[in-house]
Amino acid sequence: MSVEAAALDQWYTLGALRDFPQGESRRRLLGTDLAISHIGDRFSVGDLPVRTDYGHLWTSLGTPRPLFDIPEVHEADRRRVYCGAVTVRASGLRLIENFLDLAHFPYVHSDVLGVEERPEVARYEVEQRRDVDELWATKCEFFQPRAAASAEGGQISQYMYRVVTPFNVMLYKTPPTAPNRWDMVALFVQPVEPDLSIAHPYMLVIDDSSTEAELVGFQQMIFLQDKIVLENQRPRLLPLQPGRETPTRADLSSVLYRRWLKEKQLRYGVEEPAAFA
Amino acid sequence: MLSLTDHVLSAESYTVRLFLALLHLPYNKIAADAYPGGEIVPVLRDGQTVLRDPGLILAHLSRSYDSAGSWLPAADAADVARWLAIAATDLAVLSEARRVAVLGAKGNLAVLNQKGRAALRTLDDHLAMRRLKGKDWMVGDGPTIADLAVFPHVMLSHDSGLGHEDYPAINLWQRRLRRLDGFTGMPGIPDYF
Repeated sequence: MSVEAAALDQWYTLGALRDFPQGESRRRLLGTDLAISHIGDRFSVGDLPVRTDYGHLWTSLGTPRPLFDIPEVHEADRRRVYCGAVTVRASGLRLIENFLDLAHFPYVHSDVLGVEERPEVARYEVEQRRDVDELWATKCEFFQPRAAASAEGGQISQYMYRVVTPFNVMLYKTPPTAPNRWDMVALFVQPVEPDLSIAHPYMLVIDDSSTEAELVGFQQMIFLQDKIVLENQRPRLLPLQPGRETPTRADLSSVLYRRWLKEKQLRYGVEEPAAFA
Repeated sequence: MLSLTDHVLSAESYTVRLFLALLHLPYNKIAADAYPGGEIVPVLRDGQTVLRDPGLILAHLSRSYDSAGSWLPAADAADVARWLAIAATDLAVLSEARRVAVLGAKGNLAVLNQKGRAALRTLDDHLAMRRLKGKDWMVGDGPTIADLAVFPHVMLSHDSGLGHEDYPAINLWQRRLRRLDGFTGMPGIPDYF
């Protein structure tokens, strides 16, 4: 299968740096097997471009623009938490879209990120920032009984979402312990096949009370709750043509995301329109 | 107070969490870095006693906290022990497959799933035979720790792509188990059956 430029010309993570043993190891990206060489603190992936930012190994099968910036990584009091890679039998685009969704909190993450009695998604704002080619959703609010590992009791959490490439996204939310700052949770998706993905969640958080294992455990619990839903979504690949799935007001960020993918002519992980023409 | 070194994704940890919930026992939960860190779970500490084997933990909790003796009935102890052993071997293949499919562990998923299907078939046949004798549970007359040791491996098989469509006796049994007072689930075990 030939992969289109819109997918090739992007940066993708192959995993956390610390998960690559010295010597050779193998990974798969966009249906292509890659040989990774790790010698001392140097990494190479054949003759592909390589970066080692944000504690992860990045590569591209095409000609990417510079890797997106995560300014929070430079803030000294943040904890860097690697949550462990998880394989999901779903399109990577479905993973990103699910990550952007507030409306599922009360049902999929019941009594943690939402409660069924308070399912309403308040109006929020979305914008495509053309200068940096990123999508942002801002002024998102949601009532959460247990917003983070360190939370004791419910709070109205403020959220912002930032989509930097079709397969990389981050969210910012108010931490229970430092209401004037933002915790950051990133989801780096490694698309292995159109309907098979490896998720690499990564957090930069302000939390000096939880242990590393508690932070990781909390994120893994949330992620595994999503996984079973993602793997049962049909069609497996993300449909972009109008009418295949019907959005509501709460899905504003998903509508913008799908429009953005279409504009980019991204097809990897997208349902073939021909099948329903 | 009891303390459990726990990992949210571990089938073996879930077995213990489930039994503690069914016994309505309070305990102190300590999150372990089992993945990606590789810490061993579960570990139960009860006073001076430290136990690491899920089957031994279930047996210890039964003897210490189930005064009625219904979870480990003396008359059925040998049958229970046999199923604890199967849960730790033949059926543990299902959880091994899950680690390969979800967490990138080394292993041949197709071979593990083939063994997993054989283990599910054996269990389904056993439960079907039990129903023919009018029995709802794996051993004896009520739920025992044999049911609890088996349940997580079976229920989490969706994670490695094994559904339960072909195992009707397992389906009926797991529905009964979910209705037990105090039952608690875990991520990856679907709520909708």
